[in-house]
Amino acid sequence: MILSSFLAEAGTITRFAGRFFREGVRPRYEVQEFLYQCYVIGYQSLPLVGITGFIMGLVLTLRLRPTMVQFGAESWIPVMVGLTVIQELSPIITGLMVAGKVGSNIGAELSSMRVSEQIDAMDVSGTNPFKYLVVTRVLAATLMVPVLTLLSDAIGLFAAFVGVNMQGSTTLLLFINHIVGRLTFGQVLPAVVKTFFFGFAIGLISCYKGYYASNDTAGVGRAANSAVVAGSLAVFLLDLVAVLVSTAFGLI
Amino acid sequence: MLPTRALFATAAAAATPAEAVLTVAGVCLAFGENHVLQDFSLTLNRGENVVVMGKSGAGKSVLIKCVIGLQRPDAGTITVLGQDLGALDHAGLDRLRTKLGFLFQSNALYDSMTVRENLLFPLRRQWLAHTPAQEAELVRQALTDVGLADTAALLPAALSGGMRKRIALARTLILRPDIILYDEPTTGLDPITAREIDHLIRAVQAKYNTSAVIISHDLACVRLTADRVALLAEGRCYAQGTYAEVSANADPKVHDFFI
Repeated sequence: MILSSFLAEAGTITRFAGRFFREGVRPRYEVQEFLYQCYVIGYQSLPLVGITGFIMGLVLTLRLRPTMVQFGAESWIPVMVGLTVIQELSPIITGLMVAGKVGSNIGAELSSMRVSEQIDAMDVSGTNPFKYLVVTRVLAATLMVPVLTLLSDAIGLFAAFVGVNMQGSTTLLLFINHIVGRLTFGQVLPAVVKTFFFGFAIGLISCYKGYYASNDTAGVGRAANSAVVAGSLAVFLLDLVAVLVSTAFGLI
Repeated sequence: MLPTRALFATAAAAATPAEAVLTVAGVCLAFGENHVLQDFSLTLNRGENVVVMGKSGAGKSVLIKCVIGLQRPDAGTITVLGQDLGALDHAGLDRLRTKLGFLFQSNALYDSMTVRENLLFPLRRQWLAHTPAQEAELVRQALTDVGLADTAALLPAALSGGMRKRIALARTLILRPDIILYDEPTTGLDPITAREIDHLIRAVQAKYNTSAVIISHDLACVRLTADRVALLAEGRCYAQGTYAEVSANADPKVHDFFI
């Protein structure tokens, strides 16, 4: 029963994704709304992502230090932190933060628009609501999550530099050289590519939950909640897939 | 005195040639086993207000959603301004919708936009104004028509229920529609505000010679706004005529609505 309802839901989301691509390539293109959504999803999420990125980098460095010192590998801290932050922590934390903040926002916004007939009003005023509301948000989330992740990477690494200097001393240049010298393109690329999929999944799921919310006030709460839960779960599942694929291609 | 009443008073008497602007013929629509509309037929003439009455759940709102193309009937034809709705593609339907106004029961104002932005939204989507000055004039005119000229910068949350209804009507009027569909325009309003909305509906009809289908079971609204009343029961147009004719109908299914 649970499996069949899960498969039915997966099928509906797949059709929703198909509609996204069909509607997305056809004019008219909602450029202004897309740019506004980039501002909402990207710029307005930056403080949250920045703070969590900073704490993540600092905590990781402070936690790693005693163990690394114990093994006489203190000089490896920048590389360890850099790899962990860039490859896993930053994409995952950013994905989860965006799923929480943006996912709930989109889910609640679209579902309340559904309940108050605003989506129908858009339709009767000659606006394709799917294109205006869904395509713009999914596209903006797909593009903004990688940007936020890269910023989170930079902030996390700076926090690691601060962490190293709290109990030792190194220059920023040396710290960066340590990381850049050890990282390969094959290590960084999958970490960046997977964040596009994170953003797409978060945008698509939250729009789906909001757009097809039940036509009552309880539906608004359910849509916001399930958008966050399903979006967060999707981030973890996609991360697992990304790790398996990049391992299979030797990009690790 | 309300501006809407002034508008009503100065309006020229509408000519009423029997030119059908909307024809609903044999429309059937079912949701699963629930047959909401069964062979429903109705004609709306130019400059005429037809009020559709019926019990809750009888399918009144579904009917006007079929007329605007938000629902597709299972059978039957709907002809709006000479165009068969079923034969139109999406672009054709969008073009036709510029001539149709829809006043939602919940008003459906965009919460995140100011009143001005709410009014500009359909205008800009349809490319109907080419300069900011034209836009400003159309917004000013629409707001003046509903007696709320000073609300352009406000958000819908700052307005009362009656004001929101007026703004929703202004948003409908800004496209200068030939036909307006009102979905329970006075529901949830106090009697005084409800009567103001009734007068506004009449004022709009007189000023712009619009035709309207009004869904309502508010008897005062029906009496004030209807040129003709149609009763939707058992999925079909059970009775129709002027308010006096229908209210005098001895059939219990009709008579019960007017008690």
